[in-house]
Amino acid sequence: MKMKKLAAMALAGTLAAAPAMAELVIPDLSYRTGPYAAGGTPFSDGYQDYFNLLNARDGGIGGEAIRIVECETGYNTEKGVECYESTKGEGALIYQPLSTGITYQIIPKATVDEIPIHTMGYGRTSAANGEVFNWVFNYPANYWDAASVMVNYLLEENGGDLSGKSIALIYHNSAYGKEPIRTLEELSAMHGFELSQLAVDHPGQEQKSQWLQIRRERPDYVLMWGWGVMNQVAVQEASNIGFPMENFIGNWWAGAEHDVTPAGAGADGYKSLNMNRIDADLPVFGEIRTLVHEAGNAAGDGSNVGSVLYTRGMYAAMLAAEAIANAQEIHGVTDVTAAMVRDGMASLEITEARMAELGMSQIGPEFSVSCENHGGSGLGIVQQWSAADSQWVALTDYIAPDDSVIDPLIAADSAAFAAENNIEPGCL
Amino acid sequence: MSADFLYGIEVVINGLMAGVLYALVALGFVLIYKASGIFNYAQGVMALFSALTLAGIMSGQVPFSHLINAIFGTDIHYFGWNVPVLAAIILTLIVMVIFAWGVQRYVFRHLVGQEPIILFMATIGLAYFLEGIGDLMWGSDIKTLAVGLPQGGSRFVEDTTAGLGGDDFFGFFIDKLDMVATVIAIILVAGLIAFSQYTKQGRAMRAVADDHQAALSVGISLNFIWVLVWSLAGLVALVAGIMWGAKSGVQFSLSLIALKALPVLMLGGFTSIPGAIVGGLIIGVGEKLFEYLIGAPYLGGATENWFAYVLALLFLVFRPQGLFGERIIERV
Repeated sequence: MKMKKLAAMALAGTLAAAPAMAELVIPDLSYRTGPYAAGGTPFSDGYQDYFNLLNARDGGIGGEAIRIVECETGYNTEKGVECYESTKGEGALIYQPLSTGITYQIIPKATVDEIPIHTMGYGRTSAANGEVFNWVFNYPANYWDAASVMVNYLLEENGGDLSGKSIALIYHNSAYGKEPIRTLEELSAMHGFELSQLAVDHPGQEQKSQWLQIRRERPDYVLMWGWGVMNQVAVQEASNIGFPMENFIGNWWAGAEHDVTPAGAGADGYKSLNMNRIDADLPVFGEIRTLVHEAGNAAGDGSNVGSVLYTRGMYAAMLAAEAIANAQEIHGVTDVTAAMVRDGMASLEITEARMAELGMSQIGPEFSVSCENHGGSGLGIVQQWSAADSQWVALTDYIAPDDSVIDPLIAADSAAFAAENNIEPGCL
Repeated sequence: MSADFLYGIEVVINGLMAGVLYALVALGFVLIYKASGIFNYAQGVMALFSALTLAGIMSGQVPFSHLINAIFGTDIHYFGWNVPVLAAIILTLIVMVIFAWGVQRYVFRHLVGQEPIILFMATIGLAYFLEGIGDLMWGSDIKTLAVGLPQGGSRFVEDTTAGLGGDDFFGFFIDKLDMVATVIAIILVAGLIAFSQYTKQGRAMRAVADDHQAALSVGISLNFIWVLVWSLAGLVALVAGIMWGAKSGVQFSLSLIALKALPVLMLGGFTSIPGAIVGGLIIGVGEKLFEYLIGAPYLGGATENWFAYVLALLFLVFRPQGLFGERIIERV
């Protein structure tokens, strides 16, 4: 009898130890603490909530449950690399580090490990060349697209002529902040506007010198590449010196609600780019509230749903989920590997019909990815802050960048990277 | 007068104003170091924590709501009331006094007689603990600090000075918030000096600063004085947190303002309140003027952070104890 019991227990143990159902492991290199937490938290909430929604509603992707592995980076590059190293062994399928600094560091590692990286609107711009950066994707748009979209918008505002105009770029003095300079210099030479550059050191709490310089030089427009506290201080200082806010345009990382609310009414009229539309009434938000938040599985406290960065994090998760589903279809298996997900990303096609089906109609532009082009369409909209209504209002439809300027820059930069790293460009 | 010259003066004036804000942070360091010999690494985080507490109390936020909701499955975030500014400031000060008592009771009382480096390391631990508690209590979102401080350039100053130069001079820009900060800093320093000169506790504080063993021998309670000093540092941190938080909203980058205080301390000395003020003014003017004359035109800008330290180091070469610090004499 005793032996039977032991045998039964052994059998039960064996069954319990049988291979668990495969999981799709998605690391979330988030930053909910430190100076940049205000931006990192809503993005991460949106990113995780969407995967939790898929688990609750669809049982994951293709029937495979999703397991999120969160790792706190504090927007610190060293910690970000540690997070990458500590999570990749879990079977990570895709990384979205939300940091240009971390992206630069993990590109060579992920290339060797054969894990795809998706840097949506940030990271290394020339990674849009898929023949050099086989494992890195930056669709639907990149920094150089953003710079070009800004200039195209200003061209539109000025009857197609910017000659004689002066434009100041105020930027975070980091790899991220310096990304648009080359493109803007090209565009300055092409369109005849004068470009001045003002660097702001991390974290950007003190910008008096820069804004006194802007007040002295009185540029026609100020463009901003900021993140974290730099954004709030810049908007406040612009308001303080009486700079016309409608001529102050931030990129898409300087256009969240918390970037403008500290300045109160002074922020009214400030503009920024966005790579995704803001619509708090998207049906997907209702599903998230019902199936994720009310079920007690929310990543945050629920207060960020529908905000700019929450929506972008959710959009990023949707693009990752669609790529995984595409990989499952290509390879005919549900338990996909990171290499298979890369294939799914390299042939991803996002249509309006699919976005509507997912409850997020027009959240982003339609685009397709190929082996050669990992950058997507590069479209962006211009939005404006209404302080009275406490909301962003879209001013334009999606604006296209000037590919004739950007494509040669991408080709040159990626060719230099290929030469430095002995990479033979080509498709996998 | 040429516009360039007038703009130079504008840079100096704004540098002085920025220096006052740096000095506000440095003051907290000086108070604690002078009374207890502890270099309080947590001073910047104290400014953050006090500003977070003020903003949280004003908006009626439930402290630790995320934790409470996670444990009990509730969904509470706000009490549903707003607290007036003055009452919120008083409540925040009470929190800072409790914090001072807790620091003394649970940390430094156990470290009496330890090497200064041990005490310094303890304040590093304290800084990270306080930052974590602040996050847990009030969340990491940016909070708007609406305490009624004016913002924006003074139109009066701008209009009345516009005629000093030609068409390319637009008048002096002076931020109204900086003007208020200057007045508050003057009141604060005057108050601190009056407190230390004319009150019994203030004299006891000075006695402890001069020789804590002698002070102990005449019946002064070291524990009480150290709680008092940490409370005063909490008050200074709150003022600094309000001024800096009014510019950018209250957010976790506020803790980094301590980096702005370090060169001020190197220059002004760790033991002098006037030193913190003068040091702040020299650093503020020095870094802004360097950026205006050399940094922006020739070096690509963003020179202020490192130039402040270069300036402080230059002073250190000639006066290692700082401008107003006590001269270090060790007899063998």
